[in-house]
Amino acid sequence: MGSNAGGFDFDLCKRNAMLENKGMTLPKAWKTGTTIAGLIYKDGVVLGADTRSTSGNTVADKNCTKIHFITSNIYACGAGTAADLEHVTEMVSGQLALHRYATGRQARVITAMTMFKQHLFKYQGHVGAALVLGGYDLNGPHLFTIYPHGSTDSLPFATMGSGSVNAMAMFEAYYKDDLDRPEAMALVARAIRSGVMNDLGSGSNVDLCVITKDGVDYLRNYEYLQAKTYTRQFPVKYPPGTATIVKQRVLSLKGVEVIEGVAEEMDVS
Amino acid sequence: LGTSIIALTFDGGVILGADSRTSTGNYIANRASDKITPLCDNVYTLRSGSASDTQAIAGYVQHFIAQHQAEEGDQVTVKTVANLVKMMAYNNKDFMQAGLIVAGFDKHGGGQVYSISLGGTVTATPFAMSGSGSTYINGFCDKYWRENMSEQDAMEFITRALRYAMTWDASSGGCIRTVTITAAGVKRQFIQGSQIPPTYGELPRQQVVA
Repeated sequence: MGSNAGGFDFDLCKRNAMLENKGMTLPKAWKTGTTIAGLIYKDGVVLGADTRSTSGNTVADKNCTKIHFITSNIYACGAGTAADLEHVTEMVSGQLALHRYATGRQARVITAMTMFKQHLFKYQGHVGAALVLGGYDLNGPHLFTIYPHGSTDSLPFATMGSGSVNAMAMFEAYYKDDLDRPEAMALVARAIRSGVMNDLGSGSNVDLCVITKDGVDYLRNYEYLQAKTYTRQFPVKYPPGTATIVKQRVLSLKGVEVIEGVAEEMDVS
Repeated sequence: LGTSIIALTFDGGVILGADSRTSTGNYIANRASDKITPLCDNVYTLRSGSASDTQAIAGYVQHFIAQHQAEEGDQVTVKTVANLVKMMAYNNKDFMQAGLIVAGFDKHGGGQVYSISLGGTVTATPFAMSGSGSTYINGFCDKYWRENMSEQDAMEFITRALRYAMTWDASSGGCIRTVTITAAGVKRQFIQGSQIPPTYGELPRQQVVA
């Protein structure tokens, strides 16, 4: 359709600009306030995230998962539009599963990063996904930040989301090269906690994910920061006689036939 | 990418230099970024403008030039690479904000520097600079740049120029990265922020972690 000039096709951008000129308002994406962080330590990568999902000023999900599975050795923390994140991480995860079967090798973190950035650049920032991608492959531990417009950075420690400045403050103060595992986990948890406490868009609990060459430790709700003081019992158990019987009427069902049915085979052709 | 990037030819090759600050608004997204990207073995590019646009262009050019390099053998000419970058920038000018400097060494033309501005104009010059920080060092470069400097003088000039640009431009800073390309190959150097001597009026920089 468009002239094949070096691989880009911006025809839809022209269409959107024309529609906007005619008076159409472009839809606004809903963002999730978030604190996500990751750092590289001696043996691998530690990723962390809060668990609050918001729509406007209401908390939509008090305990959502923001650390998404990509492959067995790669996970991505996501900030931005919840739907976009869910779909783009599932898409790349699926593509990498096929890629693994085609190549016969464990996926590399840079492969996942390239798939993300090429997809996001194609959509010129309209896919609202900002990610902290971390993993361990044959070249060692890797940590990348990926922005909605498709740019990436490779860093030893990174934060994203509305609480990123809070988390980054912790990292800049306390990060060192070659931390050991308990120190690294404590630092990431501290960084996320800083976002949870000081950013309105982040809250609830802290999830951690530790990725090394030996495997993954997905620590769901590593820290409970906003536990409920009262937990409701499910199912609710009320002893018989709790409710006062005001009136009683017993009906016996007459003329009800029970037919032993013969199951008909489903038609498969 | 608010940036300071410089490339110049010297007697024997080219030197590319850049700061390391990537900012989104007033926040520094990456204080140690690498703006010097290889396009093929003997040609590198300096990126300024939108990070996503320049990374995408560099990705495409790396892909096509790798195929071209397989056909041509090791020596892809700098002009070919610069031309491909220009085509991407020119044909998509309405949707991009990318200012790139392509520099490298080939045996036909020696060290060459090509500057590709926002609209897709290519200018071949012995010295080029771009990015928001470059505006502050026009006077300095005018006075101190000479044609055909030695490698050591050229390196000193670039680091000094970048130092001033990083001082005066808020969108530039961090550390100084340089890449030297000669017939012998490619050499990468890195000057940490704390090792950059402070300019007049500045407090000495302290060592920051990593």
